[in-house]
Amino acid sequence: MNVKAIALILMAAAVPASGQGFAGLGSDAEGFEIPRPGPFDFPADHGPHPAFRIEWWYVTANLTAADGTEYGAQWTLFRSALAPHEAEGWASPQIWLGHAALTSATRHLAAEKLARGGIGQAGATADPFEAWIDDWDLSDRMVARGEGFAYDLALSATGPIVAQGDGGYSVKSAAGQASRYYSQPFYAASGVVELDGRRIPVTGTAWMDREWSSQPLAGDQTGWDWFSLSFDDGARLMGFRLRGAGDFVSATWIAADGRPEPQPPGALRLTPLRRATVAGREMPVEWRLELPAKGLDITTRALNDHAWNALSVPYWEGPIRAEGSHPGHGYLEMTGYGEAGR
Amino acid sequence: MLSLTDVCKGYATSEGRVAVLDGVSLSLAAGETLALTGESGSGKSTLLHLCAGLDAPDSGRIEVAGRPMGRSDAERAALRRGTVGLVFQQFNLIPSLDVAANLAFQARLAGRLDPRWLADLVAALDLDPLMARYPEELSGGQQQRVAIGRTLAVRPALVLADEPTGNLDEASGDRVMALMLRLVAETGTALLMVTHSPRLAAALDRRVHLRGGRLTC
Amino acid sequence: MLTGLSALLSHWARHRVQAALLLIGLALATALWTGVQAINAEARASYDRAASALSQDRLPRLVAGRITLADYVALRRAGWPVSPVIEGEATIGGHPLRLIGIEPLTLPPGAAAAGDPGDFLTGGVILSAEPLDDPRARRADLPLGTALTDIGVAAGLLGPDISYLLLTEDRAPPPGYALIHPSTTDLSQLTESFHLNLAAFGYLAFGVGLFIVHSAIGLAFEQRRAMFRTLRALGLSARALTGLLLAELLVFALVAGAAGVALGWLIAAALLPDVAATLRGLYGAGVGSELTLRPVWWLSGLGIAVLGMLASAGQSLWRLWRLPPLTPAQPRAWARESARAMRGQALAGALLLGGAAGLLAVPGLWPGFGVLAGLLLGGAALLPMLMAWLTRVGQRLSRGPVAQWFWADTRQQLPGLSLALMALLLALAANIGVGTMVGSFRSTFTAWIDQRLAADLYVEAADEADAARLLDWLGPGATALPMIRTTDGGTEVVGMVDHPLFRRAWPLLRALPDPWARLDAGDVFVNEQMALRRGLSPGDRVEQGVVAGIYADYGNPMPQVILSFDRHRALYPLPVLRYALITDIPAAAIRAAFPRLVVEDRAAIRRASVAVFERTFAVTAALNVLTLGVAALAMFASLLTLSALRLPQIAPVWAMGLGRGRLAQLEFLRTLALAALVCGLALPLGLALAWVLLAVVNVEAFGWRLPMLLFPGDWLRLGMLSLLAAGLAAALPVRRLARMAPGALLKVFAHER
Repeated sequence: MNVKAIALILMAAAVPASGQGFAGLGSDAEGFEIPRPGPFDFPADHGPHPAFRIEWWYVTANLTAADGTEYGAQWTLFRSALAPHEAEGWASPQIWLGHAALTSATRHLAAEKLARGGIGQAGATADPFEAWIDDWDLSDRMVARGEGFAYDLALSATGPIVAQGDGGYSVKSAAGQASRYYSQPFYAASGVVELDGRRIPVTGTAWMDREWSSQPLAGDQTGWDWFSLSFDDGARLMGFRLRGAGDFVSATWIAADGRPEPQPPGALRLTPLRRATVAGREMPVEWRLELPAKGLDITTRALNDHAWNALSVPYWEGPIRAEGSHPGHGYLEMTGYGEAGR
Repeated sequence: MLSLTDVCKGYATSEGRVAVLDGVSLSLAAGETLALTGESGSGKSTLLHLCAGLDAPDSGRIEVAGRPMGRSDAERAALRRGTVGLVFQQFNLIPSLDVAANLAFQARLAGRLDPRWLADLVAALDLDPLMARYPEELSGGQQQRVAIGRTLAVRPALVLADEPTGNLDEASGDRVMALMLRLVAETGTALLMVTHSPRLAAALDRRVHLRGGRLTC
Repeated sequence: MLTGLSALLSHWARHRVQAALLLIGLALATALWTGVQAINAEARASYDRAASALSQDRLPRLVAGRITLADYVALRRAGWPVSPVIEGEATIGGHPLRLIGIEPLTLPPGAAAAGDPGDFLTGGVILSAEPLDDPRARRADLPLGTALTDIGVAAGLLGPDISYLLLTEDRAPPPGYALIHPSTTDLSQLTESFHLNLAAFGYLAFGVGLFIVHSAIGLAFEQRRAMFRTLRALGLSARALTGLLLAELLVFALVAGAAGVALGWLIAAALLPDVAATLRGLYGAGVGSELTLRPVWWLSGLGIAVLGMLASAGQSLWRLWRLPPLTPAQPRAWARESARAMRGQALAGALLLGGAAGLLAVPGLWPGFGVLAGLLLGGAALLPMLMAWLTRVGQRLSRGPVAQWFWADTRQQLPGLSLALMALLLALAANIGVGTMVGSFRSTFTAWIDQRLAADLYVEAADEADAARLLDWLGPGATALPMIRTTDGGTEVVGMVDHPLFRRAWPLLRALPDPWARLDAGDVFVNEQMALRRGLSPGDRVEQGVVAGIYADYGNPMPQVILSFDRHRALYPLPVLRYALITDIPAAAIRAAFPRLVVEDRAAIRRASVAVFERTFAVTAALNVLTLGVAALAMFASLLTLSALRLPQIAPVWAMGLGRGRLAQLEFLRTLALAALVCGLALPLGLALAWVLLAVVNVEAFGWRLPMLLFPGDWLRLGMLSLLAAGLAAALPVRRLARMAPGALLKVFAHER
């Protein structure tokens, strides 16, 4: 039994031969609860939702050292349910997967952890909020370590929680696939990153995404490009493109005071500019983003073209910088790019 | 010394029974030499083998040295050990024994080895230089000389010889023949010799011819 | 060409016995060889499977007195790279199994068994090599007697406590835990000597079988000499004739090879359960008792048959190739030629024996087998010379012309019989050698195990609480001596209390003065195999302390160290679950009171140990008998060959007055005399073999040296058996001679051959 196989169960099913989307996220939701529109129930919704197939706690941080060197840090905990319930002990059908990464302009290091639910090795609590797997922890601190890197960052919210989509109901395809989705895009972060044995004090911002669903993708959707951007003027932008038979593009403009303005499908225009060969794949590492309603016309560049998480499910996840009408920084996630020749 | 009365012998073949000897009668006195001639396949060798007890007749009577031929293999073997000496065309000697042992073999088998007589024979046959050799190291003439010495060492009453020089060239054949006849005469041994050569037959006292299974003179 | 072939083949139709011998000889040789190969291949495949399926056995283990689930989670949350295992004996679907419960998510990649991971994690699936009568069971490539399942299933069956933790990264152990290194010896290494042993037997049997083939081919060529001459005279070139004969032999080889492979399959299938039981008992290596038909295996079987055929026919073909078309047959020239060959062969034999003696100085298992091979081949090569010498002595000592002729003629037959006699010598020497080794081992082993099993009962509790209840229940009615053992880095480490019982049961081969007091004070004992492997003497130092004594530990392939019980407890904080009991309480009473307890009495353990021992050598014994049978057949083939060629040698003697019955008697006696002489020569060779096996090969392979005991009764039995075999082999040719029509003998004098 190898990690890859486990990661595949984690992603709720085996990867189908074709037409089933990235990592099987398009498969049926039999037995699992289907996300519905409605208000969130905080603080309970900070904790896990075992009746849904998949869920994540996803933090990305853009950090700067005293000398101006930029870093990016990722802390992610996935929950995947083999059955729509929780149980005590080894019998729990919940499986947890942690990803952590640290990026500089020249280095990108990533690590992975797997754990069973039900025994306390990994999990999440709503109040007080904490998510963890082994010695990786997320509360008002974000802590992880892997081969050659570590970070320990204090997080403090400087703005409100933001519901994505229609009051936290985020539609993922024209056919209506959806998830429950909220963000905390206003974290101030400070602490220490450790890279190749050097400890470096850093400060910056961080963004947390919380999402749970049972069938977030349509069958023909093969991957996505996902942006989270913090502009120097205090505004935020979340936007994604789900690639499929027809691209599905969604975006939320978040004003500096935290007020979300969901944009109609297709309002955000995403244009790949420069491609780089990353892990044998041609991937767009520079983009043009246009949102005419907000006068937005920016170019994003990766801090490190090779922010490739070579983990059991490999994907690109790295810090980016924005230039143009709205300078700023953020994170880009790209999945589902096939290897050259495939 | 040897007497055959109405001896018959046949062999089964694919075409039925073939009579080789058809009522043969013959007698040979002590010290007498007799040549038995005949065409190839006329039954000369068969007749000789019957006289030696190597084979048994279908009917008729064979007496050697005044006694009827025994019925059992053992009786006939005993006859060959002491009374009758055999000299064949070839394969007379025991390949695993040297000349000295071959010469003494039959006499010792018969329990009547006379070293002095054997020494005389060795001298007469000029075998002294060959005593330590093995049969395969001897020429055909030498082998037959050893065979004659071995046969006479027993002092048999009767020597039966089947083309003893048939495998030899004329010169050595004549020499072997002369030696044998001399020694037979000296010891008063009767000799029945099968040959197809009229020249050799002429050297013997008497001569009979075998044709169609019967003897003629 | 085709007419040529049909002429050649017509020979076999008229000589069916000869054809049968050729086929049987080659088929037997192939069968024994492939049978052994199949057994070895099956066992090796099992080891590979075990290695790939259970590589978590290669990870270092953390042990502590008791490990709870909370302890494990605490370690994980503190960042320790550990993975829990719950392991124990469980009976599933009627099978007693070693059940291993693993947690696949925390194991490093590739460390656990394959299978549907979803099923494994939540389906409660139990993987095992055997079909289990249980709805949760699935078959998988696993060592026999082992079942693999998710830790959740194991916790349900065996209890929630964790047996040990696997440390998945190279780190020092966390405080409170002891690190036990994984075994460094793998099964294929451990069992190599056993398989080498089997393979050696396979080759020996194959070689002996080839003697038969050689005889049969030699006869067939000899008898067809006239036909070859005619064919050559009719214009068939030497190349075409050789080609035709080669084709004919190839057909024979393929037919016999196919039969041999099938037969080998049967042999392997018959022997495999014993081999599997042996390997499990001796090495703990699980080997399935079902054979898998591997293409490599039957192809190599056919290949070896063809090779063997060519090797056996090489000489005959070479002679034919050089045969001028019209040479007369010279059947006796080879006798002198072979005398020269015999001297050369004897020289080679002497060199081989010298080489074997020289190899004795080289340490290692392979040189040991080299000594065995040198001894066997050298002895075989010297045999014709020695036999010639013995027959000469016989001739000199004998009186009377018949006796002298008897010996002289026996000597003359030696070149034609020597191959068969060599086969007989090899089979007999191997029998005596292996028999002496097994007998010595058996005597020593049984005496040793009677001494070692000194306590009345041996019990094993499921957990410490159970053990405590038992001790309580026993009260003063029994003396309970705790026993503890673990494996650390390929070495067994035993903790032993100082008690007169153990002092009696562990006699020391060599020791410092007052060794038991030294053990209490912190010194150690090591077993003989460890001492031999590492060149240790009392007073030397090993990782665990100063060696105060060395003890015999037959049947154990592993190095072992004995510490005092208290030191063992301090070094390895393991639960104490096993006790030796000195008591009058019957085992049944304890079993009734403690159903979860494993209770064994002395007799049962002794029975099991001796059974393992007997099975270990059951295969050897079976191969021994088969080899002897093949040797007898080789003898038969050779005698049959010779009897056809012997008429010119017998006929003059017959003509001079030795009756056929008497001649047949002499021929029979001759065969018996030859067999008896070979037996006499096989005895010293066999004893030398036994000595090498006991003093060199066993020491290198297993690490123990056994005293060599002699079993003259066995030799006598073997001698009678080989005389019987020789007599049977001679019976047919002799009967033929006794009943031969005088005409057949007379033809010798009348016709040129």
